[in-house]
Amino acid sequence: MSFSIQQENTQKEPNLQPTGWFRYFSFSLDHKVIGLQYLVCGFIFYLIGGSLASAIRIELVSPISDFMPREIYNQILTLHGTIMIFLWIVPVVNGAFGNYLIPFYVGARDMAFPRLNAVAFWLIPPAGLMLISSYFINGAAQSGWTAYPPLSITTPAAGQIVWIISVLLLGGSSIFGGINFIATILKLRRPGLKLMQLPMYCWAMLGTSILVVLSTPVLAGTLILLSFDIVAHTGFFNPALGGNVIVYQHLFWFYSHPAVYIMVLPAFGLVSEILPIHSRKPLFGYTTMVYSIMGIVVLGLIVWAHHMFTSGTPPWMRLFFTIATAFIAVPTGIKFFNWVATLWGGRISINSAILFSCGFIVNFVLGGITGVALAQVPFDVHVHDTYFVVAHFHYIVYGGSVFVIFSSIYHWYPKFTGKMLNEKLGKLHFIITFIGFNLCFAPQHWLGLNGMPRRVAEYDPQFALVNQISSIGALLMALSTLPFLFNVIYSAIKGEEAGDNPWQALTPEWLTSSPPPVENWVGEAPLVTKPYGYGEEEHKNDEPTNNELQSL
Amino acid sequence: MTIVSPLNEKSEQSISQQNNHEDHRLFGLIAFLVADGMTFAGFFAAYLTYKAVNPLLPDAIYELELPLPTLNTILLLVSSATFHRAGTALGKKKNSQCQIWLLVTAGLGIAFLASQMVEYFTLPFGLTDNLYASTFYALTGFHGLHVTLGTLMILIVWWQARSPGGRISSENKFPLEAAEVYWHFVDGIWVVLFIILYLL
Ligand code: HEM
Ligand SMILES: [Cu+2]
Repeated sequence: MSFSIQQENTQKEPNLQPTGWFRYFSFSLDHKVIGLQYLVCGFIFYLIGGSLASAIRIELVSPISDFMPREIYNQILTLHGTIMIFLWIVPVVNGAFGNYLIPFYVGARDMAFPRLNAVAFWLIPPAGLMLISSYFINGAAQSGWTAYPPLSITTPAAGQIVWIISVLLLGGSSIFGGINFIATILKLRRPGLKLMQLPMYCWAMLGTSILVVLSTPVLAGTLILLSFDIVAHTGFFNPALGGNVIVYQHLFWFYSHPAVYIMVLPAFGLVSEILPIHSRKPLFGYTTMVYSIMGIVVLGLIVWAHHMFTSGTPPWMRLFFTIATAFIAVPTGIKFFNWVATLWGGRISINSAILFSCGFIVNFVLGGITGVALAQVPFDVHVHDTYFVVAHFHYIVYGGSVFVIFSSIYHWYPKFTGKMLNEKLGKLHFIITFIGFNLCFAPQHWLGLNGMPRRVAEYDPQFALVNQISSIGALLMALSTLPFLFNVIYSAIKGEEAGDNPWQALTPEWLTSSPPPVENWVGEAPLVTKPYGYGEEEHKNDEPTNNELQSL
Repeated sequence: MTIVSPLNEKSEQSISQQNNHEDHRLFGLIAFLVADGMTFAGFFAAYLTYKAVNPLLPDAIYELELPLPTLNTILLLVSSATFHRAGTALGKKKNSQCQIWLLVTAGLGIAFLASQMVEYFTLPFGLTDNLYASTFYALTGFHGLHVTLGTLMILIVWWQARSPGGRISSENKFPLEAAEVYWHFVDGIWVVLFIILYLL
């Protein structure tokens, strides 16, 4: 909260905002700068987390633990999970695109609390650096991104405490972000813009932010108790003192199941923006999309214990959580069919953005189906803590959220920079990523069904061949980063000029220059009450420029 | 790092021209309190689960004394009322009355903290003795932290109301309103905590 008085100084100030690339390293309050800071910072952590993943897959090429000691394997596994979730996907699908797009979508010149916004971003780099540095100082945490006690209490304390502090900082960052998004969407809307006229991404972010505000604090409280157990030897989760590790699991998953929707709901929103533009059709079923987001929010909050079917949950609990979990397939299915219906019969341009979005749809369906399967207790008891679960959630978080992040970068890069990305490199990127991803994770279903446990550096030799296939897939995924990196850097310098609206889009961020001016619009913000009017009379003949059109 | 203020002022201004500034700040505060309340909800849920699943929880061994916490409840409830008086006084442009009520409220907050300290010193168990002790101190301590922050906030608001050309006036009531909402929240949490911890 700032306690400052409002200054009634309407005189135009000279614009002292640093211009050029340097402003991206400064403490700026401009939501667009903060959004790109989130994006670039998140991508750097993605590269780090990806290198760690490669190290894991190299270790697993052979059944014995030969590439690194087992403690190091556990540390790298823990860092990988923590970085990917808390420093890459969550900050990017929420912080980066939310900050960049939402003020445009509600017709505002900035977020509701610009200072809080900058604080939320600047919590991230120090938290990330601290987390990684713990690896070099005293050994990083070893207990996985879930930090289950008693392991997290009994392994060396220093790394675990650093882990807790950085997750607390990152949690604080996302709570501040969530508050800001809710206030911006509900309170800063341009007069005349109704809620049911907002672009879908706003709804997705509203739902996500509600989840953030309701569930992240519970994780924070839990981790504070855990740190007491480690530092002050209290007994919350220590069975020796009468504590209960199952209570930790309940509290942890009360946050971490919603967390999967914190990673994937914004991705739903982004896809809902991208598909209509590149298929020149209105988003199918706007109202049902809105209700299904809110349905997912409500159901997402009450299904956490499906992660605990093997923790001695009583039968009534298993029944309740199975049914509730299975119900999420309904709103999710609605969204899936709406996306397909949006594409159906559209004039689809086959470009990198839509390829990644379609890749998302395909992967997400598979991840969703294995999710419904996992919700069935007998099946879950069989595959719990095996590679089947690893495959399931990577289909969701990588095949879902990460594919959408790439799709969104291809889609909004012209707005960010004023330049187009190279389409050939983009398609190459997509093909290698898609093949690499499926080669890496599809075989893991088989590994899990046949009993290979997760989080191990050594395994039964019968799994060697399939693990090697999986590692080749991982290698391809690592390689796929190269054309992408080259593309974003090269195109920023040498790319062809994009113009203000290369996709002939109708959403408000395209109705200003690329890149947009400070305060988003020169003059009044446009009032866009029909963000998906494609194909209607007045827009019949809009043709995207720079775009290979192909009728389906 | 450069801290650039002209833009800040500018963008906050154009937002405030477009929208009601006070309104969305208070809205943000309430969203924050929902989050804060969820932390407590997590703690309460953990405590109640322990109580339900762990019959050996030695809470029967220590009959908690009720007089001090009851006094604390009264202190906080009264302080909610006095804070409200401060707000109405400011609304009627009686700035000096507002200051007095703020000081009384802060005094009640400090009295609460003092009495909690007394309670801590007379309790027969320490933080690490067992699960019950740990949960007891975690819950009351976390709430005590909130009371401390709230009291500091009240003192800051009082300071702002005191300084001439005041940052706080009947036109600019936001800091006072924010502190008041926060204080009522802390009081409400205490009532729930009192019931769960001492009466159940
Ligand atoms: C929406 C995006 C989703 C994400 C990001 C996600 C992510 C995850 C993650 C990370 C785990 C592993 C937990 C662990 O460490 O043990 C997991 C497990 C699980 N998921 Fe998902 N999931 C998603 C969707 C779903 C859906 C749609 C369902 C069911 C309809 C589902 C059902 C389950 C179940 C039952 C488990 C427990 C498996 C076990 O631990 O034995 N998930 N999910
Ligand atoms: Cu879950």
